[in-house]
Amino acid sequence: MAEQASPNAPSRPLSPHLQIYSWPVTMMTSITHRLTGIALSVGTAFLAWWLIALASGPDAYGPFQEVAHSIIGQIILFGFVWSLAFHLLNGIRHLAWDLGYGFKVSTANFTGVTVIVLSILVAVGVFALGFFGKGGYWL
Amino acid sequence: MTMQTPLSRVQGLGASHTGTRSFWRQRITALALVPLAIWFLVAVLGLVGGTEAEVAGFFQHPVNAILMFLFIMFALWHMMIGLQEVIEDYAHAPGAKLILLLLNRAFTIVVGASCLLALLKIAI
Repeated sequence: MAEQASPNAPSRPLSPHLQIYSWPVTMMTSITHRLTGIALSVGTAFLAWWLIALASGPDAYGPFQEVAHSIIGQIILFGFVWSLAFHLLNGIRHLAWDLGYGFKVSTANFTGVTVIVLSILVAVGVFALGFFGKGGYWL
Repeated sequence: MTMQTPLSRVQGLGASHTGTRSFWRQRITALALVPLAIWFLVAVLGLVGGTEAEVAGFFQHPVNAILMFLFIMFALWHMMIGLQEVIEDYAHAPGAKLILLLLNRAFTIVVGASCLLALLKIAI
């Protein structure tokens, strides 16, 4: 830790900075909720591209499919699916808090871990179903 | 002690002059999005790699088209409020903040118009 700013300043305890803070689950889910929200916002541009390509006819749909089937496209799609799963599940957690439920520390920690695990399971499940259903490409 | 006038206090709108409107709308849109997002995850995202005919056929069904219309409307509304909250939290310079808030609105409107008109063309 840095030295006191003034030699006369009394030595008071400092509040922990982000870098040295031991992250509780609730803090992690809160920040991830915001990050997945921003990621999903970027994803809406891809949604618009998908629908525009579709509306432009079979010829215009080819280039979109090429990108969607590429490795980068698959990674973006998986990120989108997981972000949506996490934001949805954690959003339900937030709605419960708005109604006044689930504020006990042990409960909030448990629901936080539950949301993380479930979101990964849902994303992998949705992705795997599409992957095996369509022969090598996701969905 | 309060610095508010009695009229301002009784209106209860605070410094933004809009009260808790955005807070409440964010919850209402979230509630609507719970079933719509589940439908989108299960029914719609599975179509991304399908052929043009498969995907177009899906959206040509009126029920699917209506659900997709509602999902886009509520998702973009929810997105606009959420991004505005992020901008208000982190952008402090008045000029940059105003520009970012306007870009947020513009992005929402452009994406919304694109998605909905494209969907309409596919569905009809």
